[in-house]
Amino acid sequence: MTEAEIRAALAKLLARIAPEADLASIDPGEPLKRALDIDSFDFLSLLVAVRDELGVTVSEADYGKVASLQGLVSFLAPRLADRRGC
Amino acid sequence: MGDFRMPSLGADMREGTLLQWKVKPGDRVKRGDIIAEVATDKGDIEIEVFEDGVVTEILVAPGREVPVGEVLARIDGGGAVAPSTPERVRATPAARRLAEERGVDLASVRGTGPEGAVTREDVEKAGQTKTVEPRKKPAEGIRLAIAAAMARSNREIPHYYLETRIDMKRALAYLAENNAALALEERLLPAVLLLKAVALALREVPELNGYWIDDALQKKEEIHIGFAISLRKGGLVTPALHDVDRKSLPEIMALLRDLIPRARAGRLRSSELSDGTVTVTNLGDLGVATVYGVIYPPQVALVGFGKIVEQPWAENGMLGVRPVLSATLAADHRATDGARGALFLDALARRLQEPAGL
Repeated sequence: MTEAEIRAALAKLLARIAPEADLASIDPGEPLKRALDIDSFDFLSLLVAVRDELGVTVSEADYGKVASLQGLVSFLAPRLADRRGC
Repeated sequence: MGDFRMPSLGADMREGTLLQWKVKPGDRVKRGDIIAEVATDKGDIEIEVFEDGVVTEILVAPGREVPVGEVLARIDGGGAVAPSTPERVRATPAARRLAEERGVDLASVRGTGPEGAVTREDVEKAGQTKTVEPRKKPAEGIRLAIAAAMARSNREIPHYYLETRIDMKRALAYLAENNAALALEERLLPAVLLLKAVALALREVPELNGYWIDDALQKKEEIHIGFAISLRKGGLVTPALHDVDRKSLPEIMALLRDLIPRARAGRLRSSELSDGTVTVTNLGDLGVATVYGVIYPPQVALVGFGKIVEQPWAENGMLGVRPVLSATLAADHRATDGARGALFLDALARRLQEPAGL
């Protein structure tokens, strides 16, 4: 998946958690919790959705890397690229 | 024969609109069954019955706005009275019908009939022509409900505030170790540890767990924590997590997984809205350093948590950097004094230093 495809997939997942969120309008480097006004429970729900829909599990040790939209996309991109090649 | 009444789902609730019956006359019900759905300022709520029995009569049709305490149905076999019901206004049937037609609040009418009963003439004289307002949009309703409860709190409750800083190093290390072995959805949030620690600390200082009613503190044995959940449409609700002191950490996490989505979808149950014996609000996710809460009456305490941030921390003569949490207690000075509040915060901090014991 390209980064653009990952962003599109994340937009669908986030629509379930923060329906009014517009990913195009947020600062990609801003923490998602602040940018989308979501809490820890929502964030965990997002990671569950990422695992279920994209097949990537984020360990708790990596939470810091995926705190922002750009961080999450950068984290997912190599992992999803590898899978596509399988 | 028991009367099943419109329950009070909080100090601020005055009426609700019956949306739907889930039972019909002849149906057998048992304690905890959801038998009706009611629209309130806090959203649509599923109403539970409090005793076993058989529904003998449905008295209110869906769509009607009904004041708290009015009988909705009769249930044979147990006192099905919902908690916190006010005394029914004495009135003649004709007065009651006329009041309903004209949208007159019987409680506001001075009765001149036998034993002070409100008569048809009394209602006519009251000259009120208030009509039932259309159902408010939930967001507006929630705002109004919060306004009513918080205004009452500030008007009636002499708050005092205490704050402490808690070293969360051990608690977070415990969480990290514990969560590493768990599936994503089972991972514990820091809030789970905080809730359990609050519950156990309340066991040590039970005066903070209960209600102030009729100039007296009513301590509660059960510890039901009202957990503040913000809604995406605005406002918040504080459904109760029941018996938190007796639940394991995974059980508390499971409660949150169930409760938070239902709260945000407007699918809470009546007991969850009316049972809280204390409130916890956690605003750390929003970057707040310290929370100075407003007590939800008739409760007597609210515990607030801010963001966990790394700070300089001196211990045993050594200076280091630790993840530090600000915890505050807002308490009702009619029920407790600062010394008891201080004991509570001390117990809370101590419990969080021993996370394996939570």
